[in-house]
Amino acid sequence: MIRIQKGRPIIDQHDKNYLYAGKFGGNFVPETLKKPIDDLTKLFNKLRRDKKFIKERDYYFKDYVGTPTSFIKLYNLSHQLGGAQIYAKVVSEANGGAHKIYNAIVHALICKHAGKKYIIGDTGAGYAGKMLSMAAKKFGLKCKIFMGTKDMARQKPNCDAIRANGAEIIPVDSGSKTLVDAVSECMRYWVSNCDTTHMCVGSTVGPNIFVKICAWSTAQISRELIVQIKKEFGKIPKKLKLINCVGGGSSAIGFWNSFMDYNKSQVEFIGVEAGGPKNSKLHAAPLTNKSKIGILHGAAQYVVQDREGQISETESISAGLDYPGVSPLHCFLKDAKRARYISASDEDALAAYKLVASMEKIRPSLEPSHAFATAIKLAPKLSKDTIIVVNSCGDAKKDESILVKRLGKNHD
Amino acid sequence: MINENITLAFENCKLEKRPALLTYIVAGDSNKKMTLDILKSISPFVDICEIGIPHNTPVADGKQIQNSSYRALKNGFKLNDVFEIVKNFKKTEYAKPTILMGYYNQILQYGENKFLNKCKNIGVDGLIVVDLPFPENKEFADKCKKNHITFVQLIAPTTSDERMKLIIKNSHDMIYYISMLSTTGGKLKVSPKKILKNYFKIKRINKNKNIVIGFGITEKTIKSLRAADGLVVGSQLCKGITDSLKAKKSPVKTLSKIVKSLKSKIQ
Repeated sequence: MIRIQKGRPIIDQHDKNYLYAGKFGGNFVPETLKKPIDDLTKLFNKLRRDKKFIKERDYYFKDYVGTPTSFIKLYNLSHQLGGAQIYAKVVSEANGGAHKIYNAIVHALICKHAGKKYIIGDTGAGYAGKMLSMAAKKFGLKCKIFMGTKDMARQKPNCDAIRANGAEIIPVDSGSKTLVDAVSECMRYWVSNCDTTHMCVGSTVGPNIFVKICAWSTAQISRELIVQIKKEFGKIPKKLKLINCVGGGSSAIGFWNSFMDYNKSQVEFIGVEAGGPKNSKLHAAPLTNKSKIGILHGAAQYVVQDREGQISETESISAGLDYPGVSPLHCFLKDAKRARYISASDEDALAAYKLVASMEKIRPSLEPSHAFATAIKLAPKLSKDTIIVVNSCGDAKKDESILVKRLGKNHD
Repeated sequence: MINENITLAFENCKLEKRPALLTYIVAGDSNKKMTLDILKSISPFVDICEIGIPHNTPVADGKQIQNSSYRALKNGFKLNDVFEIVKNFKKTEYAKPTILMGYYNQILQYGENKFLNKCKNIGVDGLIVVDLPFPENKEFADKCKKNHITFVQLIAPTTSDERMKLIIKNSHDMIYYISMLSTTGGKLKVSPKKILKNYFKIKRINKNKNIVIGFGITEKTIKSLRAADGLVVGSQLCKGITDSLKAKKSPVKTLSKIVKSLKSKIQ
């Protein structure tokens, strides 16, 4: 049986081959990247134990990102639905408008410590790219962002922001022209330039060290949340459900990290994948649609693929969730039965957005709208003393054109 | 000796005092018949044939090989087609060493043992798995050995000395040295002198291993590296197919012309 060990960071629960549960993650990379990955692994292991580095990180998290992000009760929504009490952790308040800023800041700091002047990164929804371009600007690094041309068209506000920060966008026109191709192209660039350039992977995917750095960075979310929850309720409530959308899975792992050792009957983790348009079969939901384990971007994981091992195209209204693979950490949590995963359709997400934005002061982007869709479905069936917290990890500003198209001009 | 065909090919080249010529094309580009026709027409000039298994997420490949893979997959190419091509090629060219090159996920999905069994039965002589580095490849490399298939270890300019020794110790009789930091098809950005310096560093560790150099090798650069045991040309051939298709010419003719010219430059 696969078990999560208590009292030990989830990111460190791999074997000597960097595999979680003996089968997820690892470093399935071309030989050229072995050394840069080893170097980065050593550097990160040193830095995460270095008090000065932690101080530096905390300084930028507080001063630049703006911590803590607020924890609010959604009174109207809870009242309207009846049942469980619904709260939101408004991570979208972070500088830049999403959780991607934590990973970006940490990578920029590591890049500085490695003595490198160039930083590259992939992006789907454009948030990872926008945040990396912000961090690069802040630390005086030259930055290139790889982005699928389909995503560039649908997430224009974030593209504008990336360019305004002085970073270059490298359009990726191969394959499905989305995140999966952007990550591939970014890795190719790194293969060719790993001597001068630091690579940031925008989510908890890729070779093991990138999974670790990203999850270590987003853990800030739950470090804040556990304090906020204890303050609000005086203790950890008896029935707590933490609901988060899952694409690559970086916000979810950060949202859950500090609660890992609680019994799941007390603190339940629910991950919501992108179910795509109604009746579509191209779901970006490897954990819910019974995908097999395969290798994508250097890591073993559940991945949407055909019988021959070709990676399948996916479809989702939310560019940030539109990825055929998922973090090895979520595969681990799924198989250990610590978290459960379901999917919400494009239509569910749009309806949830509309309901939340019309009743509350927050405007969640299409990614967390998938998590809200699940909260809305579950809440009425749950008791009044059940607490649901949704990670509102992105702001809808970037989705304006999609929202207008699908919900009309006065969509809130 | 793990694989007789590969060992003999290098021995013959040494007798002729020249490096082995290795060519790489993607299976099924742009269809099964074309691949077989190309292999047959270039075979007289080639010492070892590398055949790529097309994959749609090839993280180590540049534009040219991506295009070739895309064309093959667009035409509905399946893994069994690779086996069919090799089987037919080997019917007439039994002694010509043939190496399959691909990504690990395809082997994983097919099943390692089933894949190796198939390779053995149709006469595959060697395997290169781009994203299964040492030491992750130890178990698989051992399985290859048992099936008389040479598992080709890769060494890159970034490989540390300590690691290099371990890789060579665990290698079979052929090793692939990646000339520079690049995906396939990049322009040769390192001087041949520097590449050969690294090459001889590997050679000195174990002079009995046959070491081939690949990445960035074309008609223009091949001569400068002829001191090596073998030289691999891939992307230029894939580009040859792309150009021929665009100009509505025969890729078979174009490729046999390029390969003839490559051979003449290392003789």
